[in-house]
Amino acid sequence: MGRDSRSHDAAALLEAQGLDELIRSLERRDYEVLGPTVHDSAIDWGPIHAAADLPAGWTATQAPGSYRIERRDDARRFAFAAGPSTLKRYFHEAERSVFSVESNGSPFHVVEKQDAPRRLAFIGVRPCDVAALAILDRVLIHDRFPDPAYRARRESSFIVAANCTEPGGACFCDSMGAGPHAASGFDLALTELDDSTMLVECGSARGEEVLREIPHAPAGKDVRERARAAMAAARKRMGRKLNTEGLAQALYDNFEHPEWEKVAARCLGCGNCTQACPTCFCITFEDASDIDGSRAERRRRWDSCFTLSHSYIHGGSVRQSPKSRHRQWVTHKLSAWESQFGTPGCVGCGRCIVWCPVGIDITETAAAVARQTAPVEARS
Amino acid sequence: MSSERKQRIAIFKFASCDGCQLSLLDAEDELLKVAEAVEIAYFPEASRAMMKGPYDVGLVEGSIITHHDADKIQQVRRQCRLLVTIGACATSGGIQALRNWKDAAEFVRTVYPSPDFVQTLKMSTPIAEHVPVDFELRGCPINKLQLVELLSALIAGRKPNIPTYSVCMECKRRATVCLAVSRGEPCLGPVTMAGCGALCPAYGRPCFGCFGPMDSPNTVALAADFAAKGHSHAEIERLFRSYSAWAWQFRRATEERRQA
Repeated sequence: MGRDSRSHDAAALLEAQGLDELIRSLERRDYEVLGPTVHDSAIDWGPIHAAADLPAGWTATQAPGSYRIERRDDARRFAFAAGPSTLKRYFHEAERSVFSVESNGSPFHVVEKQDAPRRLAFIGVRPCDVAALAILDRVLIHDRFPDPAYRARRESSFIVAANCTEPGGACFCDSMGAGPHAASGFDLALTELDDSTMLVECGSARGEEVLREIPHAPAGKDVRERARAAMAAARKRMGRKLNTEGLAQALYDNFEHPEWEKVAARCLGCGNCTQACPTCFCITFEDASDIDGSRAERRRRWDSCFTLSHSYIHGGSVRQSPKSRHRQWVTHKLSAWESQFGTPGCVGCGRCIVWCPVGIDITETAAAVARQTAPVEARS
Repeated sequence: MSSERKQRIAIFKFASCDGCQLSLLDAEDELLKVAEAVEIAYFPEASRAMMKGPYDVGLVEGSIITHHDADKIQQVRRQCRLLVTIGACATSGGIQALRNWKDAAEFVRTVYPSPDFVQTLKMSTPIAEHVPVDFELRGCPINKLQLVELLSALIAGRKPNIPTYSVCMECKRRATVCLAVSRGEPCLGPVTMAGCGALCPAYGRPCFGCFGPMDSPNTVALAADFAAKGHSHAEIERLFRSYSAWAWQFRRATEERRQA
């Protein structure tokens, strides 16, 4: 993505007005700029044109199955944890036409969708979501079958991370090594120090170019120390923890653990966790034809392993029980992903916990299964 | 469907408001194409030309609430190669199935000046309790695009793309912020079948389950969660007892709770 791991030492101090300059600089480069905005009872991605569009003085209280926006008594712009939408939808679309076949009589011809990707710049991407993009890149670009649509969109994107100083009640990025500090995968990274100043780091040559156009001051050692301290404090305030040591194997070893039945009794099977997850990439394909037979289309849509249709093969669905579907998801995220792609499939953003209507907590489930303390009951 | 002969379609009405069959007339952009692609042989709501059966497809709207209905659905079944129920009434008994928990005779006595003229069954029942049903289109009313999709699939001889998972999937695809989580509003989306495009939540109104239960809904767990969040049994009952009240998974949500 043009972002390298070489260290760009140019940490700088940015005043709040610098954000306006940053937005203008990105707009000059033909980016549509998106950032966190307050709408529909949430702090979620939306178009921004000035720093004033950012949610200054807003935060969100997050807990299992619950999310509420609230006012803060300061004017910080990035003092909240990851919101409802991930960046997934911008790069790995929720619905997309793959190709269509059209005919006015015979012969027919195939029309492939070739759209120029939108040039999107995101300001305020949480480190967990930056890490999630790296995971999606691994699956959708660097695996055997790259997805050209995803790749094109990713290559035309610009990422301004915002390191986390206000983790939420369901956050556990620290456990997953994904936050609260973004180590790589961004063009620029901000750390908000107070209402008016931010530390900015460069993560790519493009980021450096943009920073050169923005008024900034060199960041002294004391400023860097303040940023480090803010993130160290954030690590201590993570709402959740997940002990990942030996977890992958423990999940493999405990397929019939009674915890799976317990969680399946509460699980609605609605699929919200997978749709809210920044790394769940499953899609399904469907073929449709028009009523007059002149046009047929192959479409793809986000899918979920919580649906019965997801595991449908000739004769029926492989994973019939809610238990098997829930177990499939948790074990894929936290163990099978590792064998498949070499990374965990979870970044600890906590969205599956918050956006589960009944507040099922993956960290609790994983810990209960890994503990192996519960006696294995006879299967009914 | 390899034959060149057009599919003969018939539309039948039982106890209902006509909203579902009107969806066909409401399919403005597609209506002419539909009329060209199939032979609408019997559609009293739209045309006086009523051709006799048999029909390739019978679209059945409404629930069974009289002896006459119960007889008629048997005849309809015999005349239709495929029978498709359209809408909540035909599929689960509709809003009128609320009588199933009450005394219908008492309603008749209260409402009508001459109750003797009203012949009605004690229960409002779905079509599938009377005859085999080949396919269901859900909703109150149905989504006209799903009806066009079903007819298109039938003509092409392919599987119709009618999802059976939750409304939540559609909410997330269109990036609607979850009303249950962000506002604490009780929403039936997690147990309700998709197909409406998650219409109500997109306008700030929680799902009231008009598409009925999805393929494997955990309604008991959702009802338990509503109770844990402070909703009374009466409130929960009202939520589950609306357009798809008589669907067994929705019934189970409140009946098992009462026993518990």
